Amino acid sequence: MRADGVVIVGAGHAAGTLAAGLRQGGYTSPIRLIGAEPLPPYQRPPLSKAWLKGEADPAGLLLRPATFYAQHDIDLRLSTRVAGIDRAAACVHLGSGETIPYEHLVLATGSTLRRLAVPGIDSDGIVELRTEADAQALRTRLGPGVRLAVVGGGYIGLEVAATARGLGAEVVVIEREQRLLARVASQTLSAFFADFHRAKGVSLMLAASVTGFATAAGKVTGVMLASGETVSCDVALVGIGALANDALALAAGLVCRDGVVVDEHAVTSDPAIFAIGDCTQRPMPRYGRSVRLESVPNALEQARQVVARLCGKPMPAAEAPWFWSEQYDLRLQIAGLSFDVARTVVRGDPATARFAVFHLDADNRLQALEAVNSPAEFAAARQWVSARQIIDPARAADSALPVKQIIESVPGAA
Amino acid sequence: MSKVTYIEFSGKQHTIDVPVGTSVMRGAVDNGVPGIDGDCGGECACATCHVYVDPAWLARTGTRTEMEQSMLSFAAGTEDNSRLCCQIAMSAELDGLIVKLPEGQH
Repeated sequence: MRADGVVIVGAGHAAGTLAAGLRQGGYTSPIRLIGAEPLPPYQRPPLSKAWLKGEADPAGLLLRPATFYAQHDIDLRLSTRVAGIDRAAACVHLGSGETIPYEHLVLATGSTLRRLAVPGIDSDGIVELRTEADAQALRTRLGPGVRLAVVGGGYIGLEVAATARGLGAEVVVIEREQRLLARVASQTLSAFFADFHRAKGVSLMLAASVTGFATAAGKVTGVMLASGETVSCDVALVGIGALANDALALAAGLVCRDGVVVDEHAVTSDPAIFAIGDCTQRPMPRYGRSVRLESVPNALEQARQVVARLCGKPMPAAEAPWFWSEQYDLRLQIAGLSFDVARTVVRGDPATARFAVFHLDADNRLQALEAVNSPAEFAAARQWVSARQIIDPARAADSALPVKQIIESVPGAA
Repeated sequence: MSKVTYIEFSGKQHTIDVPVGTSVMRGAVDNGVPGIDGDCGGECACATCHVYVDPAWLARTGTRTEMEQSMLSFAAGTEDNSRLCCQIAMSAELDGLIVKLPEGQH
């Protein structure tokens, strides 16, 4: 007999949203949500910000109250690992040996932090930040006067640096590239964040390669650099990117390429299997390429696609990718992806901590926008990026012009 | 506890007990009310918790923050009584609050 219902592997942001969305959408078949972590689905973004600072209510971290799942007839299995997928038999095997059949399977397995393969990496005091347990471990170590070394000047590293400064820690950020956020931000934005962090008392070491960790009695005492220098520290946070958790999919013979390959509606190379969130490599027709995105909005968009498919509802319209970060009293919001950018235009003055960077292609179409404390520019850009709006660079740069008027008088503008 | 009545675009009503101090967005999400997404978790970053506050309650729910104003200015179907309900914290004086949901949040 054919199995009924959906099995969701992973119990993170994408998975939790999917399970709740299916019930909201009227899905009545069994829903089984299988997560390796001990917590019900929770929000990861606060782990480097308000939650790490101790300002957020612990229960507020959960996506839904812990009681939500039983109330909505969702079988939530925590601290449970899936060992394999048998596509021919349409079932998953748990680490315990139990077998769970599926009608539809959804892989929401997320990503794993990239490991820094250097001597001393396993020492006490070296932490990473992906899970709530990681955040707990980091939080107990931070405080006034604690010397924190952050390896990796990406979003996680910079958010933790900002939070740690707020907690009174001494912070050094060590980045291998020539600038912060080298892979994900414009030069203008990188330079702005570098200046801002320095002004807040963070030491930045750019173009610095980590060769190992100095230790004493198994505990980290410093970060050793290729220059020969050692940066003394009490705690080191390593945040150097993440890799898709696609091992289960690969072992099951699904097409994977830096993530589980899915179509525009989150369907993998097996029509009975979907994949959503950080673990996917998805087409992005707006940019004529496929991408792997690590972001909450991306995970939620794909979760909604699966809800639409399984509940027989209209497929939601494609959205421009977007991202956000908070550091100190700065809010960074990014709309779009900066592919095929021919020029950038800065609106506002970075010295005022309120500006936006327009990324335009050769035809002046808006490809992406980075907004610091500029929500109106961001909100407009989400629509303009989707619409491939042509932007007049001079009007974009004129901050005296209201945001809505940037596109007026452009031929063909909506 | 204070009660909030959420009215879906279809007209379906949900009356929910929302603890004082909890946001009107969170009250909906925690109880599975369809039509309020709250994608960013209540950071006023996404504009997916747009509601229309019943005019009788408008004065008591306060005014939009600057951030909220900017996000709403580009949301679909924004009206004078539009709010992002992650920015409305429940209080005893909001007991009985009525909000209507737009056709969609995306």
